[in-house]
Amino acid sequence: MTNLLLEWVIKCGVMLFILLTAVAYLTFLERKVMSWIQLRTGPNRAGPWGLLTPAADGLKMLLKEDILPTAATKWLYIIAPAISVIPALMTFVVIPYGGTVNLFGRTIELHVTNINIALLYIFALTSLGVYGLAIAGWSSNNKYSLMGGLRSSAQMISYELALGLSIVGVLLLSGSLDLTKIVESQISAWGGYRWNVFLQPLGFPIFFIAALAETNRTPFDLPEADSELVAGYHTEYSGMKFAMFQMAEYLNLITSVSLSVTLYFGGWYGPGVETYPLLGVFYFAAKAFVFIFIIMWIRFTMPRFRYDQLMKFGWKVLLPFAIVNVILTGTMIMILNS
Amino acid sequence: MDQSPSIHYVPILLIFVLAAGLASVIILLSRYVGRHRPTKEKLEPYECGVEPVGSARERQSVKFYLVAMVFLLFDIEIIFLVPWAVIFKKALQDPAFQSLKWVLYGEMMVFMVVLLAGLFYVWRKGILDWSK
Repeated sequence: MTNLLLEWVIKCGVMLFILLTAVAYLTFLERKVMSWIQLRTGPNRAGPWGLLTPAADGLKMLLKEDILPTAATKWLYIIAPAISVIPALMTFVVIPYGGTVNLFGRTIELHVTNINIALLYIFALTSLGVYGLAIAGWSSNNKYSLMGGLRSSAQMISYELALGLSIVGVLLLSGSLDLTKIVESQISAWGGYRWNVFLQPLGFPIFFIAALAETNRTPFDLPEADSELVAGYHTEYSGMKFAMFQMAEYLNLITSVSLSVTLYFGGWYGPGVETYPLLGVFYFAAKAFVFIFIIMWIRFTMPRFRYDQLMKFGWKVLLPFAIVNVILTGTMIMILNS
Repeated sequence: MDQSPSIHYVPILLIFVLAAGLASVIILLSRYVGRHRPTKEKLEPYECGVEPVGSARERQSVKFYLVAMVFLLFDIEIIFLVPWAVIFKKALQDPAFQSLKWVLYGEMMVFMVVLLAGLFYVWRKGILDWSK
């Protein structure tokens, strides 16, 4: 029992450390990718190749003046960044990033915890993130913030429907809400490559587009459309509180790419995993990295949607297609199992 | 790890405590580390340098409320789909369920059609048109 508790404490601590480091370097990577795409050098001053830029950024954020606007509703204004960052940090605990390995003479399963409603848990927590943005927008008592907060809540709840429905296709195929079981169902046939992306050619694009909208990435970055809303819901925030919103955003990005990999791309599976289980962590990270790169690429290539186009696309295109996808998947399973 | 499933929720509590602790530490740090030289202008709501006009808490477009209400209805319907989706394949492969499989399939398809009909009703009513 104490061993198990110790294992959990170590896993949670390591996970937090890795997540926060990943977030710091994602901000760096984002700027580097942007500069490569725009034929610039990008940040290259702090450390070799600019590798210490995230640390310098963090220090700068910490030393910035923490502004508490007079018009704001104080306590809501202060806790709003915490409301958006806490659920974002909590989602990753249920995602399996590897199989089972033997380390230090004991069998360690490469996920922090394994609950049988993992997918519902992730969806519940990512929905909570909306509160952070809406509260931040309202409590700032700034017109730009309020518009940004309202837009982001309307956008996130609209695309959540398509996201939730596209997941139903995966649930039909794997028959479980447990993420480890979903990965196992994908690697149990076709030599380990019966990935859901091949079985859900309509479901995966819906999931991916909706996930982009949920994480407020371009072309769905309406909540902070800088050319019209200054910075959207975090216009009034400065210093570390602003950094917390950025953290939450990148954490949500990590969660959604990990979910794409787990649900549709066989999770941690790849060649050689049976003999060297630790390779699973590498495959998981590599697949997630490819997705992150694609999402950044989209950001620097696509213009932003107009708001009415965004709502129209979510409700009139994605949602009907997601419903049709569930009907098709259900019918196929009915036919194949009769 | 053969313990009861509920013990697997302990790490979630643990990560909640860690995450909440981290968030409070960051907020406290930002309160006490950085410099503070507040002036009246600095603490006013930002409106691109112009003096703020009125309050931000005006009434907002009713569209947002409509979308929120429609979202609630559809989200609850999606939650109804989840248990069906989880058991559907297992039930089809279970010999004891063979007599019920058309009921299991047909009822959900009727439900999905009702869902689509609801969507088209909302569509025709113009709730999804933002430019109007």
